[in-house]
Amino acid sequence: MSVLAQLLAIFGASAAIVSVASITGFVLKQRRAEPDPFVENFNARTKSWWAILALFALAFIFGKAGVIILFALLSFAALREFLTLTYTRWGDHWTLLAAFFVVLPVQYLLIWDEWYGLYSIFIPVYAFLLMPVISAMRGETERFLERVSEVQWALMITVFCLSHVPALLTLDIPGYEGHELLLVAFFLIVVQMSDVFQYVWGKLAGRRKIAPSLSPSKTVEGFVGGVLSATALGAALYWITPFDPWQAAALSFVIAMMGFCGGLVMSAIKRDRGVKDWGWSVEGHGGVLDRLDSVVFAAPVFFHLVRYWWTV
Amino acid sequence: MTRLFAGFIANVIALTTRLVTAVQARWIGCGPEPVRRVYFANHASHGDFVLIWTLLPDGLREATRPVAGADYWLKGRLRRFIGRHVFNAVFVDRTRTNKDGNPIETMSAALNEGASLIIFPEGTRNTTAERLLPFKSGLFHLARQNREVEFVPVWIANLNRVLPKGEVLPIPLLCSVSFGPPLKLGEDEDKAEFLERAREALLGLAPKAL
Repeated sequence: MSVLAQLLAIFGASAAIVSVASITGFVLKQRRAEPDPFVENFNARTKSWWAILALFALAFIFGKAGVIILFALLSFAALREFLTLTYTRWGDHWTLLAAFFVVLPVQYLLIWDEWYGLYSIFIPVYAFLLMPVISAMRGETERFLERVSEVQWALMITVFCLSHVPALLTLDIPGYEGHELLLVAFFLIVVQMSDVFQYVWGKLAGRRKIAPSLSPSKTVEGFVGGVLSATALGAALYWITPFDPWQAAALSFVIAMMGFCGGLVMSAIKRDRGVKDWGWSVEGHGGVLDRLDSVVFAAPVFFHLVRYWWTV
Repeated sequence: MTRLFAGFIANVIALTTRLVTAVQARWIGCGPEPVRRVYFANHASHGDFVLIWTLLPDGLREATRPVAGADYWLKGRLRRFIGRHVFNAVFVDRTRTNKDGNPIETMSAALNEGASLIIFPEGTRNTTAERLLPFKSGLFHLARQNREVEFVPVWIANLNRVLPKGEVLPIPLLCSVSFGPPLKLGEDEDKAEFLERAREALLGLAPKAL
């Protein structure tokens, strides 16, 4: 099967799954006499999934450039959501401008340039050391360490970690040349479907809360069912990857576990800041970061595992 | 022609505001209904009224007039054009050099013509660390002269971080505007009581401090 045929098959299958969700939501809505908040939210989520699918299809048509631009924009949206919830003072103004309009574009240009040696240290080393200097030069010292730490955290999570998704396109895997878009598709499907499986298992069989102080909706049953389902799905998708079914399963397991951890950590931050969602731009889901919390934690780990064992 | 151009400028301003701030309207205590209102908001940035104005749906936006200082808005041709024709602002004399220019009378006159108003009862921009400065008495006098008008508290979050005083380039943080339940002046409520109640209503809409 050609790369194009495989991509069409993947997008077709995704569209089929969202169609099933649309029909389910429609039937649920018909059955309820009065508007039910759960059904309303379910339908809003499904509607957003159509938009997400369309957005990714559009990006994939333009290949490497499309995917890099899409993730740069997602980083931008995620960064503004994250920084909105951090404590900043006027003394951080130039630092924040630099985060949005220098650090973020440079990181994605380095990915475009496939300069692994620099894009993997640019934010952890150079931004880490230089950004606090900008804040320090403006002379405001109140809660200084907290302020610079939060800006660094924001950049690590929303730019550095997220940029490892398009960075998958830069890996040279022998015998997989030209198929890199499929590796991105594989990763995104496993991590997003892991979230969906956890949601579905949690709704259908969820009894025991797994982290009651962090998130009221995460259950042991949802976690176990979700991770195992995502692992099985990943194994079934081995044919679009450079992996054999067992390797695909193992990597999917790691992706799902990291994704779950991302959800926990990001929930803890939201809890502390007194909000339910990161933002409001993705109807039914909350903010962009509510949809990407699992992606940011799984992407760098998946990237480095593949890079270490599969590239030359 | 002037109207067409003003309408075009209005759309450009509203779109730019939405792009930079991704502003979200939170109608908590009331909806965007076409009744006469005084929206009173916290004031920390020059763009405050633009944010509220942007969030009002068509029809309401035209009928809602920001109250602005004549000394600032009548200076320069462009500013005067935008103030008059785009925002349809009610200009008040903040310096109070003559008796005819009583700001409360000017605002009441606009309300009597059927308009709604956007005002900032702190009287000046808050550049302190306090969440809200003490209210000036104007809000009370306006309420006394217009007892049937709804006074809606409006909390604007984050705009002062997007563009702090003295900065030129905005940071694209998310802003939100919360509209609380409308207040009316009570039968025998005095000035201090009303101003305190209005201030508490406004503070009640503020998100948790970071």
